[in-house]
Amino acid sequence: MSDEKHTSFAQNPYAKMLRQYGGILASLVVLCIIFSVMNPRFMTVANFMNVLQQIAVIAIAAFGMTWVILLGEIDLSIGSIIAVAGMAAAQAFLAGFGFMPTLVLTLLAGAAMGLVNGVLTAKLGLPSFIVTVATMGIFRGLVSLPTNGAPAMIEDPTWIAIGAESFVGLPIIIWIVVVLFVFNHVLLSKTTFGRRAYLTGGNREAAVYSGIKVDRVKITIFMISGIMAAISGILLSSRLYSAQTNAGTSYELDAIAAAVLGGTSLAGGVGTMIGTIIGALIIGIMNNGMNMLSVPYFYQLIVKGLVILLAVWLDVRSKRAKQ
Amino acid sequence: MSAATSDVILKINNVSKLFGPVAALKNMHLTVRAGRVHTLLGENGAGKSTLMKILAGVYHATTGEVEFCGSPYKPENPQQAAARGLTIVFQELSLCNNMTVSENILATREPSVYGFINDQALERRAAEIVRDLGLPIDVTEKVGNLSMAQRQLVEIAKGLSIPNPHLVILDEPTSSLTDAETEILFSIIDRLKAKGVAVIYISHRMEEIMRLSDDITVIRDGEFIATRQREDVSIDELIAMMVGRQMNEIYPPRLTAAPATSEAPILSVEGFSRSGEFEDVSFEVRKGEILGFFGLIGSGRSEMMNALFGMKSATGSIRIDGEPATISSPVDAIERRIAFVTENRKEEGLVLAHSVEWNISMAALGRFAAALGFMRKRQERNAATDEVDRLTIKTASVDTPVGSLSGGNQQKAVLAKWLLTQPRILILDEPTRGVDVGAKFEIYKIIRQLAAEGTAILLVSSELPEVLGMSDRLVVMHEGRLSATLSGGATPETVMAHATGITS
Repeated sequence: MSDEKHTSFAQNPYAKMLRQYGGILASLVVLCIIFSVMNPRFMTVANFMNVLQQIAVIAIAAFGMTWVILLGEIDLSIGSIIAVAGMAAAQAFLAGFGFMPTLVLTLLAGAAMGLVNGVLTAKLGLPSFIVTVATMGIFRGLVSLPTNGAPAMIEDPTWIAIGAESFVGLPIIIWIVVVLFVFNHVLLSKTTFGRRAYLTGGNREAAVYSGIKVDRVKITIFMISGIMAAISGILLSSRLYSAQTNAGTSYELDAIAAAVLGGTSLAGGVGTMIGTIIGALIIGIMNNGMNMLSVPYFYQLIVKGLVILLAVWLDVRSKRAKQ
Repeated sequence: MSAATSDVILKINNVSKLFGPVAALKNMHLTVRAGRVHTLLGENGAGKSTLMKILAGVYHATTGEVEFCGSPYKPENPQQAAARGLTIVFQELSLCNNMTVSENILATREPSVYGFINDQALERRAAEIVRDLGLPIDVTEKVGNLSMAQRQLVEIAKGLSIPNPHLVILDEPTSSLTDAETEILFSIIDRLKAKGVAVIYISHRMEEIMRLSDDITVIRDGEFIATRQREDVSIDELIAMMVGRQMNEIYPPRLTAAPATSEAPILSVEGFSRSGEFEDVSFEVRKGEILGFFGLIGSGRSEMMNALFGMKSATGSIRIDGEPATISSPVDAIERRIAFVTENRKEEGLVLAHSVEWNISMAALGRFAAALGFMRKRQERNAATDEVDRLTIKTASVDTPVGSLSGGNQQKAVLAKWLLTQPRILILDEPTRGVDVGAKFEIYKIIRQLAAEGTAILLVSSELPEVLGMSDRLVVMHEGRLSATLSGGATPETVMAHATGITS
């Protein structure tokens, strides 16, 4: 009898979700309660929409980062890729390209930068930490080449609409986050490609012996990370009406924090997109809540760091207790 | 202290260890005497490691007493255990690969002045230890540059380097040693005995146990079964005590007749070479045949199998069904329905953090791919469940992380993974290493079953009885070259002579 109950609990998808994400969901709820007690305007639909728009750039970059970390690798260059994407778009518009060609070009630029990271990591066998520290600098330098460090304005109305307009009652930015979340989630959890990513990250040797083309998986994933960062760059440049040379600086750290908060293991082989979006929400709510309370920026940094430590510690502890 | 009790080094009385409600040890008894080798025998999970960890101070007994050298013994940690003269050499290596042999042997006990290490004294002392033990190892060499067997010897030297050992525990010390190094180890043990040191020896290798032991204690399911003197007991009796049932045949008989040598081979390899590893090896194997590969460590067997599976490049020709075949990656090999159970299941076989199901399906993902690369999850689950049932893998569910299974069940999971690729040629490299007797027998039965279904099997093993007991024909390798191809009825002496290169 009790055995039967036990299995049904283990197989109940909601119970499974709760066990997997209980720790960070609790952190999320506690944060919401604290902020709504301190500021009644916090717990409103309007503000929630606000939070979602604010986390869009980080969340999308974090989807890409989740793939990379899942593989046991790291991509520190995404902040720079975000800036390059914005600048590429600005220059394309300047050169007279229309919306669609510019969009495609920008995404291709992201994919190409990811390809560089992936090939250097997979084919030359260099540690991705070193490769992406180097390309982080190189890409950041490239941003300033066309304008000598000055920002470039973007005036294309469709481009600006991405960050400003709504579609069926929801800001377009939120639609993009939702679509990309579903895309990445399905690709990771429902396809053979996703499984190969998990297996390669879990044990590269065993994956090679099992006939998985690990180099191809690795390069593809760095390209996904590059494309996700480029999309973040598109959203950011759209909201700023311009490409800034320092856009996206240190965003890689927020993206890593979101993925790790969400339970992605830096050792590789473990992680989900659901976890990452919850992680991004925690970061977004902290930023938003503290801004509403007019907490000075330097205090925000300290609190954010402490909350990340606390949440990850709680998560690690609850997972250890389960074993 | 009377003479009768003074030669008792270690006395374990009624020791139990509970992990929550689970008893890993129940009322254990053990008496170890000075100058004797006492073997602990039991299947994986029988409680040997728990007992050893209690002695080492890693765990603490829930109830019961331990007496060591005549006084109560309750170490808080391994340092205290070492201070009392008890040292353990674990099976898993605990060496730093990028440090030298001497730095490893004297780790945490480096000769130093105010925290500054005296490198010369360190090297001198380590060299002394190595020389006293008769190990052919340069102490200035980095551990990473040594072979696995040499590393094991360094591990042993490290364990024996404590000032005054009274009791030495060796946990499967020979699992990665070649015969030459095993002899060195045995002579070390003989010298320890002569000095009056007691040795607790843990091993699965029966021949070795019968040769080395003075006393043998069998434990099963955490309980003491019996202590016997070596002269009074046979291998069959020991196995029966260990598994709790009579096992008349360790190696199950063939289910069908071996294929005739006139039959066309499914795989034939000719002039297979890779510089520095193996040279000019030729053999062929037929459908349903078990072709054994025997050789000492360093004879090139595993390297050759890796090359055959496309993990390494090699020259020579491979023919499958008479057609020339190029295999330059595992992808090619799997496409040609070759499967490879490697010798290190944790490194090359499994993703320990992932579920049993994911591990079983990982080499056959293509089978579960629908349109757009979507996974057919229900089919995957059914296939994994079927394999778990077929191979009787003991696991709570297919969602259980494979790393939490016992060694034997992990090995069966690796087998299941490859069986799902429906191999025509199955390479098994040390398929029963670190696997307890019960699971060994089941793996042998599976091998027999596969052969009966027509799978050609290449069985690599460094356990001579295993290759002799299972193979239809036997390829013996020595220093990278094929030294003989023998029929199944070869005697151990003949095989050993070819493997060591005595005959020419």
